[in-house]
Amino acid sequence: MKFYAEPIAKSPRIEKLVEALFEKMPQIEADRAVLLTESYKATEGEPIITRRAKAFKHILENIPITIRENELIVGAATKAPRGCQVFPEYSFEWLESEFDTVETRTADPFYISEETKQTLHEVYKYWKGKTTSELATSYMSDEAKLAMEHNIFTPGNYFYNGIGHLTVDYPKVLAVGYSGIIKEAKDALAALSQGDADFAKRSHFLSAVIMSCEAAINYAHRYAELAASMAKTTMDVRRRRELEDIASACRRVPEYGAQSFREACQSFWFVQMLLQIESSGHSISPGRFDQYMYPYYKRDLDAGKLSREEAQELMDCVWVKLNDLNKVRDAASAEGFAGYSLFQNLIAGGQDENGKDATNDLSFMSITATEHVFLPQPSFSVRVWNGTPHEFLIRAAELTRTGIGFPAYYNDEVIIPALQSRGLTLQDARDYNIIGCVEPQKSAKTDGWHDAAFFNMCRPLELVFSNGVDKGVQIGPRTGEVESMKSYGEFEDAYRAQMNYFIELLVNADNAIDVAHAERCPLPFQSSMVNDCIKRGKSLQEGGAIYNFTGPQGFGIANITDGIYAVKKLVFEDKKYTLGFFKEALDNNFGQDMDSAMAAKLTQQVAKSIVAAGKDLSADDIKTVYLTVKANKASEADRKKYAALLEDITSLEKFGNDEDEIDAFAREMAYTYTKPLEGYMNPRGGIFQAGLYPVSANVPLGAQTGATPDGRLAFTPIADGVSPAAGRDVKGPTAAANSVSRLDHYIASNGTLFNMKFHPSALEGRSGLESFVALVRGYFDQKGSHMQFNVVSRETLRDAQKHPEKYKSLVVRVAGYSALFTTLSKSLQEDIINRTEQQGF
Amino acid sequence: MDKALLETKGRIFNIQRFSIHDGPGIRTIVFLKGCPLRCRWCCNPESQEWKFEQMVTAGVTKTVGRDVTVGEILEEIKKDRVYYARSGGGGLTLSGGECLWQPEFSEALLRAAKEMGISTAIETTAYADIEVIRRLLKYTDTVLMDIKHVNGEKHKEFTTRDNDLILANARVIAREANELIIRTPVIPTFNDSDEEIRAIAEFAASLEGVREMHLLPYHRIGSDKYAGLGRVYGMAHIQPPPREQMERLLSIVRSTGLTGQIGG
Repeated sequence: MKFYAEPIAKSPRIEKLVEALFEKMPQIEADRAVLLTESYKATEGEPIITRRAKAFKHILENIPITIRENELIVGAATKAPRGCQVFPEYSFEWLESEFDTVETRTADPFYISEETKQTLHEVYKYWKGKTTSELATSYMSDEAKLAMEHNIFTPGNYFYNGIGHLTVDYPKVLAVGYSGIIKEAKDALAALSQGDADFAKRSHFLSAVIMSCEAAINYAHRYAELAASMAKTTMDVRRRRELEDIASACRRVPEYGAQSFREACQSFWFVQMLLQIESSGHSISPGRFDQYMYPYYKRDLDAGKLSREEAQELMDCVWVKLNDLNKVRDAASAEGFAGYSLFQNLIAGGQDENGKDATNDLSFMSITATEHVFLPQPSFSVRVWNGTPHEFLIRAAELTRTGIGFPAYYNDEVIIPALQSRGLTLQDARDYNIIGCVEPQKSAKTDGWHDAAFFNMCRPLELVFSNGVDKGVQIGPRTGEVESMKSYGEFEDAYRAQMNYFIELLVNADNAIDVAHAERCPLPFQSSMVNDCIKRGKSLQEGGAIYNFTGPQGFGIANITDGIYAVKKLVFEDKKYTLGFFKEALDNNFGQDMDSAMAAKLTQQVAKSIVAAGKDLSADDIKTVYLTVKANKASEADRKKYAALLEDITSLEKFGNDEDEIDAFAREMAYTYTKPLEGYMNPRGGIFQAGLYPVSANVPLGAQTGATPDGRLAFTPIADGVSPAAGRDVKGPTAAANSVSRLDHYIASNGTLFNMKFHPSALEGRSGLESFVALVRGYFDQKGSHMQFNVVSRETLRDAQKHPEKYKSLVVRVAGYSALFTTLSKSLQEDIINRTEQQGF
Repeated sequence: MDKALLETKGRIFNIQRFSIHDGPGIRTIVFLKGCPLRCRWCCNPESQEWKFEQMVTAGVTKTVGRDVTVGEILEEIKKDRVYYARSGGGGLTLSGGECLWQPEFSEALLRAAKEMGISTAIETTAYADIEVIRRLLKYTDTVLMDIKHVNGEKHKEFTTRDNDLILANARVIAREANELIIRTPVIPTFNDSDEEIRAIAEFAASLEGVREMHLLPYHRIGSDKYAGLGRVYGMAHIQPPPREQMERLLSIVRSTGLTGQIGG
């Protein structure tokens, strides 16, 4: 097969669409919340599944619609670009309490008008006591709630929002339209006997599916009418034709099967957008777009109805639309998912269900679309296996070199067997795609509940040192005073006991939330596109999917590995320090001053409480408070002793340097999370499976974590993903990759995340790309699962000059040499920074 | 593998993995200590002396140099085998210092790598007895050899050695090596004129079987090391050659029929 590898030029339309998208700050709109509430008030007492369908229908009949200038693919969830609707049925109190700060916060701010605040304020009165979040809370055990209060884990995602995190049956909608799905549901309904034990639930579910699909069809027809009327009034002949085409596409899809690539794009978009009007879940992932769109592309291309340029423009338009959707999160979650991201993961390449390579024209054109649009959505990924065409990876590497952070690379050779080990058939496993960040699933058959919580593996380690007490409260098991532990085995057992206890509570919390969603927010529209919901007559939330999982992710592997290893070596092998002294040093943050960001935050709190008490506060007072808060309180003599311990810890070997002993230890430590977890079941009949990645939560959750025995200071970030702790891998990219590959990536079947930093110069020229691809291949040969690259900017290089300790493994290319940036002289660093300026980075 | 081979001792000062500009593919470079030349521009001044030295880097004093066995180094080299294979012919490169200055160690290391199926390269001045060179050639896939100047006097002035031996050895290596690539550091005030580069390129082109020549623009990567070693850097006033000049010199190289490139 010959690929169309030559990139196609960007059409001027795309530039304009992108510009229009970013004219204003995104805003919060109230229409959906108002319509939902109207419908709920009118359907009190009816079955929940019926109420959900009626609400969906009411929203789609009345929500304002808009066709933006220059669009070829239409359908917008909000009047303003990049706006967001809100979803009070999941939770609302956080937003109400953040009304006045949501516009000014640093992470993902949203504009909200006074009128919208007023409207939502009225709407919210109805929802008190009716949300999934409130029901989940009442289902949770007190111990689980206590653990959450103390930040051992946070299931924030689904506790406050919809689930999302799935890939539906796009190919089915493209092929038969919603009229086809309605027929299937009607047939299933006709096949039921009124005497069936579960007739009541099944029949109502199927009727809800039918109503939801009809609502989607009618919604598209509203767009057809709008486009037709706009076509009549426009003076621009070319735009008139475009609008007429839009009208005709929306009359046909998604009601019926798509007859052209263009209709397929439009149909895809309605599915993608409507899923995000039905519920507030994110990570609703398009998946293998290059596969299911290909037949439409090929047919039009062969028939001479479509040029490659036109196809590229349509794809680019879809890419732009993926950025038109948005979501407001609470302030804390916004920090954990920084960047307005909806994580709509779209993946190209890989094998088909029969194990043949499936890379095609559209795989290449997906890379080009990502280059053209150059925006955070879709989260673009590529699948890699031994049969992946070399040119495809070279082209992917070119995209990496731009610094956009895409694509993420995924290893078929690990993910397919990992999914099989979780019960997927070989064919289904081969057809996987990625959800959200790094979570693999089989589309149209799975309710994966990926991303079900963040579990901070450093916190149970802290509790070992405090015998289960946190801030004066006994929250964990009493595993004994560390001072009296006689052997390393005792210490490790204590850690495992703390882990096991909190893993059980994590499961308790997730399952409580799971039940709450099934009871209060079953989703008939989403369920219409996942097998076997229609056949089973059951919503996805009640277990209608073929494959069911819950995937909460643990993070901090590098810190607990380095930390427990340090205890093992320094206390039990070298006998240089006692555990009691270790504890004292940790309590005193190794005698170091407090992290400045944390000190500033605490100062703010103190200042607020002083002002609230009615006292005046001068700038000098604030400064004094800050310095007092920041300064370490230990005596000079103690500080010296702690510093000596810190130095000894620093000089120990660390995860990430290709050292067999500690890397093997890391594998064992990761098992403390991944192994106990897989013994638990969820209410949908599926199992728990671990992921190992923190998204960007390693920073905010690190700020809730005291000093750890790996030498990490209190409140500083925890290691990112399965990557070595920042600045501790000093032997370059191959050594770090080898270390990370020694973790068991198969058992972490909900995904692992390995971030690597590069300077664009290291990917210079064809040979730079070749070496880069070889690095990815080499890591994957050793059974790593995922890899992504941060090709750093000039700002990062400046930061690396200021904080070399964080960037010890950053590779840059110097004239004819590649070297670790931080090892270069100041003047040469300047040379490189200036050079990158010339290159526009 | 032969035990005596693995126990052969040598003196190195650094091992650098994921090197992508010194020979084909992804390579691990072993930097050997000790060199017969004293090039004024040398970017690894800590490589020159055989004896261990103290060098201050970012305020910290560290000992440069350590004695190792072939077996120890091999363990380190083996770690990136998968990347050598995936990058198409990556492997081990001996650099320095000068690997010909430690022939037993270099020969043993290259031989051990070859026995393990790892591709090998050496970066060398070729300033040694030809019989010493021949011992290494047997186990070397690619020779990256410096020709810094064809004028003997100027060569001696800037490197402390004349070039008769080097030029004579070049002819033999070209005939007997599996592959020879000529590398020329382009050093302002030393060899950066059109005429000087042309003369080197013409010499390189006259070597039997040589097809490739790399121009390595002068850079200041090592300048801080001189201060760290308590030495004076004699080239502090020199600026790297501008891009346009490098492009022009490259076209001169190509005019002799050689394949050329800037950088390794």
